[in-house]
This record gives sequence, C-alpha cells and structure tokens, in this order.
Amino acid sequence: MAKIGLATTWLDGCSGCHMSFLDLDEGLIALADKVEIVYGPLVDYKTFPEHADVTLVEGAVSSEADKKNILNIRARSGVLVSFGDCAVTANVPGMRNRYPVEAVLQRGYVENAEPPLAGSGEAAFQVVPQLCPHARPVHEFVHVDVFLPGCPPPPEAIFYLLQELLAGRIPDMRGRTRFGA
Amino acid sequence: MSHHPKGKLRTDLNPSRLLTFKIDDRDVSAREDESILEVARQNGIAIPTLCHLDGLSERGACRLCIVEVRGVAKLLPSCVTFPRQDMEVITNSERVVNYRKKILELLFTERNHVCSVCVSNGHCELQNLSVELGVTHVRYNYLYPEHAVDASHSRFSVDHNRCVLCLRCVRVCDEIEGAHTWDIMGRGITSKVITDLNQPWGTAETCTGCGKCVQVCPTGALSEKGKSVAEMIKRRQFLPYLQMMRGRQEESWQK
Amino acid sequence: MTLNIEDLHQIAKIEQDTQQGFQHRINVCVAAGCLSCGSGVVKDALAREVGKRGLDNWCQVKGVGCLGLCTAGPLIALEVGGRFYQGVKVADVADIVEALGASPVDRLLYPDDSAFFQRQLRIVTENCGRIDPERIEEYIAESGYEGLYLALTQMTRQEVLGQVTESGLRGRGGAGFPTGLKWTTVAKTVDSTKFVICNADEGDPGAFMDRSVLESDPHRVIEGMAVAGYATGASQGFIYVRAEYPLAVKRVRMALSQAERMGILGNNIFNTNFSFNIKVRLGAGAFVCGEETALIASIEGRMGRPRPRPPFPAEYGLWEHPTLINNVETFANIPPIIRHGGKWFAGIGTEKSKGTKVFALAGKIVNTGLIEVPMGMPLREIVYEIGGGIPEGKRFKAVQTGGPSGGCIPQQFLDMPVDYDSLMQVGSIMGSGGMIVMDESSCMVDVAKFFMEFCMSESCGKCAPCRVGTRQIYDILCKITAGGATTEDLATLEDLCDLVKHTSLCGLGQSAPNPVLTTLNYFRDEYLAHIHDKKCLAGACKTAKEVS
Repeated sequence: MAKIGLATTWLDGCSGCHMSFLDLDEGLIALADKVEIVYGPLVDYKTFPEHADVTLVEGAVSSEADKKNILNIRARSGVLVSFGDCAVTANVPGMRNRYPVEAVLQRGYVENAEPPLAGSGEAAFQVVPQLCPHARPVHEFVHVDVFLPGCPPPPEAIFYLLQELLAGRIPDMRGRTRFGA
Repeated sequence: MSHHPKGKLRTDLNPSRLLTFKIDDRDVSAREDESILEVARQNGIAIPTLCHLDGLSERGACRLCIVEVRGVAKLLPSCVTFPRQDMEVITNSERVVNYRKKILELLFTERNHVCSVCVSNGHCELQNLSVELGVTHVRYNYLYPEHAVDASHSRFSVDHNRCVLCLRCVRVCDEIEGAHTWDIMGRGITSKVITDLNQPWGTAETCTGCGKCVQVCPTGALSEKGKSVAEMIKRRQFLPYLQMMRGRQEESWQK
Repeated sequence: MTLNIEDLHQIAKIEQDTQQGFQHRINVCVAAGCLSCGSGVVKDALAREVGKRGLDNWCQVKGVGCLGLCTAGPLIALEVGGRFYQGVKVADVADIVEALGASPVDRLLYPDDSAFFQRQLRIVTENCGRIDPERIEEYIAESGYEGLYLALTQMTRQEVLGQVTESGLRGRGGAGFPTGLKWTTVAKTVDSTKFVICNADEGDPGAFMDRSVLESDPHRVIEGMAVAGYATGASQGFIYVRAEYPLAVKRVRMALSQAERMGILGNNIFNTNFSFNIKVRLGAGAFVCGEETALIASIEGRMGRPRPRPPFPAEYGLWEHPTLINNVETFANIPPIIRHGGKWFAGIGTEKSKGTKVFALAGKIVNTGLIEVPMGMPLREIVYEIGGGIPEGKRFKAVQTGGPSGGCIPQQFLDMPVDYDSLMQVGSIMGSGGMIVMDESSCMVDVAKFFMEFCMSESCGKCAPCRVGTRQIYDILCKITAGGATTEDLATLEDLCDLVKHTSLCGLGQSAPNPVLTTLNYFRDEYLAHIHDKKCLAGACKTAKEVS
C-alpha cells in the first residue's frame, strides 16, 4: 500500500501543537510505515507539494502572508485539519484583535523590546509580515474538513485522528479533546 | 368516585397535585409545581443548562434547556415550563440538539473566551457544554469585542471577556446574600454586568465580600485573585444548603 | 361630582349649540405632523385675523387632531362646505378669512374628489380632525362617554364581555389576539385586585397611529379603558406611553384631569359602585417595552426586559395581579362597539378580521399620512388610490408591514386583501399598522439590514439567541451589501434566522428575522446579485466592486 502524504504547517501559532505531535512517541514509529511527511517544519522540504493527502494546519490566520498560504494549502490538500485552538478559534493570537495593529506592533517591537529599540520602530515594522486587523480562525477563510481543538490537542487525540484518516474515515473528534485542553 | 372539595380544584391553593407524563418516552411522575427540568434530572435525563442553577430563581434566558412538547409548535425552556398530565416531552430530538449547539456557538463568539489562558480552564461550564454538545468549532464569526478586567476588589476580579450574561451573580447577590451589588446595564449585545452603579468593584459600598457571585459564575468571568490558568475551581455546595435551611426556617415561621 | 346621562346630554347640547352658532368653522390640524410644519402659528394667525375683522361670533377657529394627510400639512378643514386647504402659510390667512362665505381660495384647495378622503372608513379616527382634543366637552358632544354610561348603568359585566366578543375585535397591537377572549380571561380570574394597561409604547419605525389617536382623541382611549375596567373587574388603569411623544403625553394628562374633574374617572362613576382611575407611565424609549411582560416590568420600576410566558399577564401581570393589556387602537374601538353593539362592528371587515384598521402610510408614496380603512381592503387600493401611488413615476416594489417584526410584500400580492390572516400567509404581519412603501430604488437587502440593525440595537440582551444572533445576522447583511459575501454566508444567514426565530425568548427575537426571511423569499435575486455579481440591482448599496 502506498504511504499517504502528510503535510504539517504553522501559521500564527506557538508550535506547541507540533510538539504535541512529537509527543506521539512510539506512535510516530507506528505511523512511519503508513505516512510520508511531505512538508512541514519537522522536515526539510522548502515548498508545499502539488498535493498532500492530509494537511495539519496549526495557528490562526494573522497576516497577509498567512492568507496567501492558506489558500494555496487548501488548493493542494485532500483533507485539511484545523490543528489546535489557534487554528480553530484564533485563541491566543486572537487576543490582540481588540487593539489596533499599530498598537500591537508598538508594544511587541518597541516597548517590550530587549534591549530597548532605538527610534520609532518603523524599521522593524517593515520587516515583519503585514498583519491583518484581526487574527482569525482558518475556517473563516477556507473550507476545513476536520477540527481538532485543544491547546495543544493531546497526543492521543492526534493519534486517533490520523488512525481514522488512515482507515479512510473522517474522524469524529467529539469528546476526545476540547477548547483549551 | 373521588370527591374533590371545591378549593382543591384550584391549583394555586393546592400546589402539590401530582401527575404523570412522559419524558423521552419514559413515564415519569411529578408534582405540578416542579419544572420539566427538575423532573428530568430526578430521572437521570440530562438537559444542558447554563443560566439555571439550583437554588436561584429561574430566568429562562440562555435557551439551552429548550425541549419539544408533542403537539406544541413552539420550543419550550424546560426550566420554566411545568408539566401537565399526559404531556409528552422530547429532550433530545435532532432539532433541539442542533439549536443548542448553535446557541452555544453564538455564546462563544460573543465575548473573548480564550480557554487556554483562562483561570477556569478545565472547570468551566461553557467549556464542558462544548464537550457535552460536541461543539468542536464555531461556525459563526467571532466578534472579538473590547472588554475590560476589573481587578479593583481586594479578593476577586471580574473579566468581562469571559462573561456569558447568565446573571447568576446578580441573582445570588440579590436573592441569597441580599446585597444586590450586581446588576446589569446596557441593552442587547452591549449588556454588561456591573457592581453598584457601574463603579469599580473595589469601591462598591454594598458588596459584603462574601464571594458567592464568584462561586456561582459558570465561567472564568468571576474569579478569586491569585488563581492562575486552570486553577479556579468553583465551590457551590453552600447554595442548596442555604436554600434548604432557609426553606425550613420559612416553614417554621408559617407554623 | 357624579354625572348622569342627562348631564352628559346637557353638556353635549350646549357644545353643539355653541358650534352651530358659528356660520363658519375653521379646523386647523394641530397633531404632531402639521404642528411640526407650522400649523400652530397658522392657527394663531387665523384667530387674530378673525378677531381683527370682528368676526369672532361668526367664525370659529379651533385646533383639531390629525386630519390624516400629513404630507400636505399644515392642513385646514372648512367644516361648512367640507373643503380642505393644504400647505397653508401665515401669508395665506387673510385670503382664507376673506374667502369665507364666498368662493374658496383655489390655490390652496385640496382636490375635492380625492380618494384619500373618500375611500376611508373612520371608526377609531371618527373624531380625529373634527374635535378639539384638549376639550372634553367636544368629545361628549360626539356621544363621548355614552358607551361607558351604557355599560355601567344598563349592562352587566357579562353583557359587555359578550358585546366585545361578538364584535370579533382583535388586538391592534400586532398579534391580533381576540380581544373578547382576553377580556373574558381576565374577568374570570378571582383576584380582587386587577389592572388595565393601555400599551402606547408605539416604537416601529414609520408608525404613528397610536400617537395620532392619543393626540387627536385621547378621551376615546380613556373611555375604552374604563369600559375594560368595568368588564374585567379592575379599578386601576395605566397608560404606558413613550416619553418621545410629548404632545400625546400632554393631551392624555389633560384629558385625564378633565375626566376626573367631571367624575367620569374616580369613585362611583355615574352613580354606580364602579370606580376607576388611570395613571400615566412614561416609557424611556426601549422598543422591547412594547412587549407586554417587559412593559409590566417597566411600570413596576424594574428594567424593561421580558420574561417567559406562561404565565400570561391575564393571570399573572402587574405586581403579580391579573392584568389586561391592550393597544391604544384596540381601546379606541371599544366606545363605538358599546354604543352600536358588537353585531354592528362585526358587519364591517372580513370574516376573520372585523372592523377597520388604522395605517400609517410612509415611504415612497404620494399621500404620506394616517388612514383608516375597513379590514380586507386590497393592498392595491390602499397604495394606489388612497395612497395616490408612487411619486416621480417610479415603479412599485414592495410594502413593508408590521415594522421590524413584519415582512416585505412584493408586487404579486398587490391584490391581496389586507387582513390578519392574509398578511400572515405571505409571511408578514398586521403589526400595529405601519405601512412603508418601497419603489424600485430601494434595495431589499438594505431594507432588511435597516430593520435588523433596529432589532439588534433594541434587543434587550436577556436571551442569547436574540442578543448575539441579531448581531451576527446584521454583520452578514453588512457583508452582503458591501459586496463581500459568499454563498456560504447566505446559508449561514438563513440558518441564523431560523435559530433566532425559533429559540428566542420573546416576540422581538422571534419575529426579528421576518424582514430578512420575506426579502430572501421574494427578492432572492437581489441577494444573489450582491453576492455573485457584487452588484446592487437597485443601485442603493455601494458594493466593493462599485467602490473600486
């Protein structure tokens, strides 16, 4: 049987969901026979492949770059999984949503900079991705097939999800994880 | 033939008439002054609730406890609907289950419920409801409103970002503590719970500092200071106890 | 002081004789509409002019209630000859007085054969525009308080209830609940304290029926309430009126004190053992306070928020006592029903909708104003004949009835009879009687958005579906009109409307989606054009495409 192509990616997230994925431990070995990781921060591919059977998307859609990426990923993915609370609810990245983007940048790159940043910070603002007014959940932009909430989702839930997908079923995640898990 | 003295037919004079009806095709018996919700719970039939809390007056406002009654077109809130003889109640039809999910999703969009960093993470009724109802994501757009945290009280704080406007705090403060520190201001989506006349909680002269509001709050909106993420566990045992003791007192006064 | 029927007739006779003593009577409309375009100064100028010419005993100038044709204000009616002058200014006054008894002032004349005045049937508004609302004597001269006298002295409570039931009158506040049934229910309760409430918290955008009745003929409402008090066993009434209607409040208060002074309100009315008092309570402008349980909470001094029903106010109302709540227009129908009998009233209208209905015609229509027509009149007749059609030769598109709780009725139903059940069938409601006409330049999505914005900001916030749902619906409508929505948004919109309609606590939420649902039903193409083509068919919305 051919291996399924699994892509993982992160948008505006903390990589905690990927850590939880690594916490599958020996589960990873079990998966290795059936799954080929075709893209993601855990491997070394530089561009998203033409097609991935399953894609786990961590993180909220927060910047213009994220928007562009997610549309591209959606077009090239079979099953798209909203992976973790940031992708499902915008979670922590969404906490900036009630402040104007300029204030967020000011706080993050000027006031809290260590050592203190000289000047107005304009130079720094130029090089960070252009932030959207709000960080928003992935499914507000593209169709999502499976939702895997949790901050992070527990490894057992991730393992169950992949097992179900491998068996050709769309997993029912109800009761296996929750917002904020 | 049973004989009814005239007065006994008046239900307001005789509040303890008994009747039987059906919940989800199960025969149940009830006193007619018990709500459908009460009778369902006595029989181990789960109906989700949020604004309801044993020991407080009913509001019928969160609409999560809606049920269908055969022959009635409208959906009825089970917390304020009383059974009638031979009534057939359906608590778990696909229709009401779907409506409940959607209402819960609306509640999630209304404020900023960031479970992962909330003091009540893991001990939150809103969060539990999402598990119970199988809500894994929210289909409606989040509103991300701007809400403040009032930490002016020496022992407690209120985070309006987590408030679901169930008004348990308002009711417990008024009905049990008798202080009526809490109330609500504004209208519609701009409604907000307030202390005194929208003064900082710490300066509220009516607040006795009893903390009952904190304990009945279903979410992390009201919490004790010093609690970090997931550390706020609410203790509500006092409420049915107070209710029972006061009921006994009232009975003894009436004698 | 207690009156008997002879006293009433005496007052009426003196009043009638005084009126007859004048050769000419000039009635100047001083209801809110005409007042706002200067009828007050016109009236004063007329009185001065008549006085200057020494014609005080020959010609009477008086302020009267609403003449109906608000669009042509300030309006003046010449009672002798039955002609109307429209758009009268102070500069016209000399000519008007000059022309009395001679040929009328042509440039001011409103066309004699106008359907606006010919096609109406006035019961509720029979005195509007004819009597001075600030004088009880004029009301009495028009058989005022005779119905109350009849009821108190010659009818049992049962007979009054019987007449109201036989009349087939249905509540004019919106839902159309049978008035007789409501009265009978309250009458059956055993409590010794009961209340009667008049709901004058008219809040629908574009509706001004109740306001007009209260400004033009307040005694009629008071009489209806007193009859209701007698029939149901209540001795205290409340008129809950919005503070935004200062003139109505002033005239109601004036009428109450006049009635009290004459002993028509108070203890032992007409020498019977019936006592009845009425107090005015002002609403602070929340639309939801028109909902009966919220209104009751507001009178009690609590926050105006509805509570679940049952129990209904008829059983458990104001301060937990049985309470009868009817709308202004409902009470205004009572005096003639008592005077002429329920059977007479039941002879007017359709099989299931009896009597007449007052409508406030507004929007894209030639004759903006207040009309009263028999139930069952075809919509076309109201819009094109009484209403005079659409201005500027534009095409009719829809009529919105029932305000934010109602729906939009498209062209294909123009020949539909206007009654409770027909309106319900096409997805709208009678409501309190607002009728907003829209022409081809109105975008129906924008109209739905307007009403949803209203419901959103007027939602009390008690129940979750209405509080959050109306906001979510409004957001999607904004997205559609801005040209940024997708087909999925349309599905979500329909889904949310269904949710809010079926799970909200009170009538506000349950009916809030109606304007969206009816426009989706009859004008779906307009929604789709915004979504697919990023285009507003009516050219009213600036969509993203058109902006860029």
